Amino acid sequence: KLQQCVWWCGCACVTCVYAFVCAYLLICTYICVCNSRKDVITVTPWLAPVVWEGTFHTTLIDAIYKMQNITVATTVFALGKYVQFLKDFLESAEKHYMQGYRVHYYIFTDQPEAVPTVTLGASRSLTTLKISSSNRWQEITLRRMERLEKLIETQLSNEVDYIFSLDVDTKFYGHWGVETLGDIVAVIHPGYYSTPRDDFPYERRSESQAYIPYGKGDFYYGGAVIGGRVEKVHKLAKTCRMQLDVDKANSIEAAWQEESHLNKYFLYNKPTKILSPEYLWQDTKYITPDIKIIRFSQVIKNYAKVRPNP
Amino acid sequence: MPSNKYLFLVLLAGALMVWVIYLGYASHMFRNMQLGKQMLTHARNCNTPLYTPSLLNGRKDVVTVTPWLAPIVWEGTFDMNILDAIYKPQNITVANTVFAVGKYVQFLKDYLESAEQYFMLGYRVHYYIFTDQPEAVPTVTLGADRRITTLKIPGSDRWQEITLRRMEMIENLIETQLVSEADYIFCLDVDTKFYGHWGAESLSRLVAAVHFGFYSASREHFTYERRPESQAYIPYGEGDYYYGGAMIGGLVREVYKVTKTCHLWLDMDKANSIEAVWQEESHLNKYFLYNKPTKLLSPEYLWHGPYAGNEVKIIRFTQVWKDASKVRPN
Repeated sequence: KLQQCVWWCGCACVTCVYAFVCAYLLICTYICVCNSRKDVITVTPWLAPVVWEGTFHTTLIDAIYKMQNITVATTVFALGKYVQFLKDFLESAEKHYMQGYRVHYYIFTDQPEAVPTVTLGASRSLTTLKISSSNRWQEITLRRMERLEKLIETQLSNEVDYIFSLDVDTKFYGHWGVETLGDIVAVIHPGYYSTPRDDFPYERRSESQAYIPYGKGDFYYGGAVIGGRVEKVHKLAKTCRMQLDVDKANSIEAAWQEESHLNKYFLYNKPTKILSPEYLWQDTKYITPDIKIIRFSQVIKNYAKVRPNP
Repeated sequence: MPSNKYLFLVLLAGALMVWVIYLGYASHMFRNMQLGKQMLTHARNCNTPLYTPSLLNGRKDVVTVTPWLAPIVWEGTFDMNILDAIYKPQNITVANTVFAVGKYVQFLKDYLESAEQYFMLGYRVHYYIFTDQPEAVPTVTLGADRRITTLKIPGSDRWQEITLRRMEMIENLIETQLVSEADYIFCLDVDTKFYGHWGAESLSRLVAAVHFGFYSASREHFTYERRPESQAYIPYGEGDYYYGGAMIGGLVREVYKVTKTCHLWLDMDKANSIEAVWQEESHLNKYFLYNKPTKLLSPEYLWHGPYAGNEVKIIRFTQVWKDASKVRPN
């Protein structure tokens, strides 16, 4: 009978210990999970925040920016067959992009009549700007910096506070709000966020103004998203445009056109905020576990069908 | 029969042990302990030329960004070479204010000597020492581009009074002198000493330090002022962090706003015969709740005593031990 007693006591003890340890570990896990992201780096070596899901509270950040009554300009280039992407871009932006804030879209296109009519929310407007096209897609992308620079100079400096320059062959899938605002904002290219720096497709020819030698560089930034305060983005566009002009005079075209020049600029003028690849993904890419949400993504397209030249 | 039961018990205990160990391994707690060790190696490598910024490798045992995306500065999260390359060309001047009244003058020597070893090295620094005994300010060898200005102020027989008047005095100093002389300002307590690097990683528009006593506590335990009659009142359920009053920093014009507002609130409280539970620290916490700092310094920058915590890998600035009855007037 004593043995039976001991046995039951032993069982009870073991079960209690087990329950206690489990509860303790689960509580610790819960507390740890509550404290932001633990699987990714949320600040750069120059202490610029890297924006990931789970690192920010929209309510807190909205409270800071709503008071400031800001206007956000959003530029997009839709030339030639790229006008087909405008409808999805604008409709998805109206669902996810800067909701509750004053937004002014600037659509650069060679076919103003092809700009779709999209229902815009309150405090949101759209301006179409006619520009000439080219029969080389590289030429189109290279002239974006110049056009962005001119737009800011002629129209934006008094009208808006922040500007985002976005690629049009994209779509919004999730929240993109004022957590993205900063002095100069860059996005991490989705294809290179976990590759070593010497594998970045920087321009490696020293003849180009976009040249970055091996062993240098912080991240590989995507050219599809540039953002920040209007005066800072103007400086960026102006510098890149000048460097693009020098390259053109020397008959050299950087490996990834303006994206190469952008990466050079950001190496020597560090972004004050970096958007994680959640803010620039590719529909063709397999979603890795650290990407908890896709907010903005380049849609699948047949290059042969949309580009004027190979 | 009994032997079978014992066997069953042993097997059950064994299975449970295996399960518990697995749970422990899978939990964040264990993972963080491992990462803590990795972090130290990473920190040592931070300033070597081979150090590469990464989105996946680095310090993960602490939170490095606030919910409003202000960076929290911990060892291992920043590269001094990059930061110096940003700030040195700006040719900045950093003001450093400190109050040494009554017996607190005894702390000045260690404070200044250690600042000369660790604080903003390579930058132009101007110390402003508020004291009632200018003759007691020690002579300390200063580095190049660094100087001291002593400002005589009246003493008091209440230490609370001394601490309450600091906001007003810093506000006046900024108005009359600093707005044209300095870019950044740090207002620090004098009963402290620097033990480690404090550099340009601490610069931002508005900088607060997380109080060493509360960095892992939940907000209900923060010693905010809880009486609605005080201007420093913060109700339960509100609050981000508990900030230490021993460190306020930032651009001169931003810190001016802090001191002016807190001075106003302190005067209102005085008129209503109420003194906040932790004097100006309570008012500071109220200010920072509604005017979020743009950068937070981890408790490395405001510690207490010689023993670091698990996450605090380096002590940069700490309050020295003092016998309160021997130094305070009341």
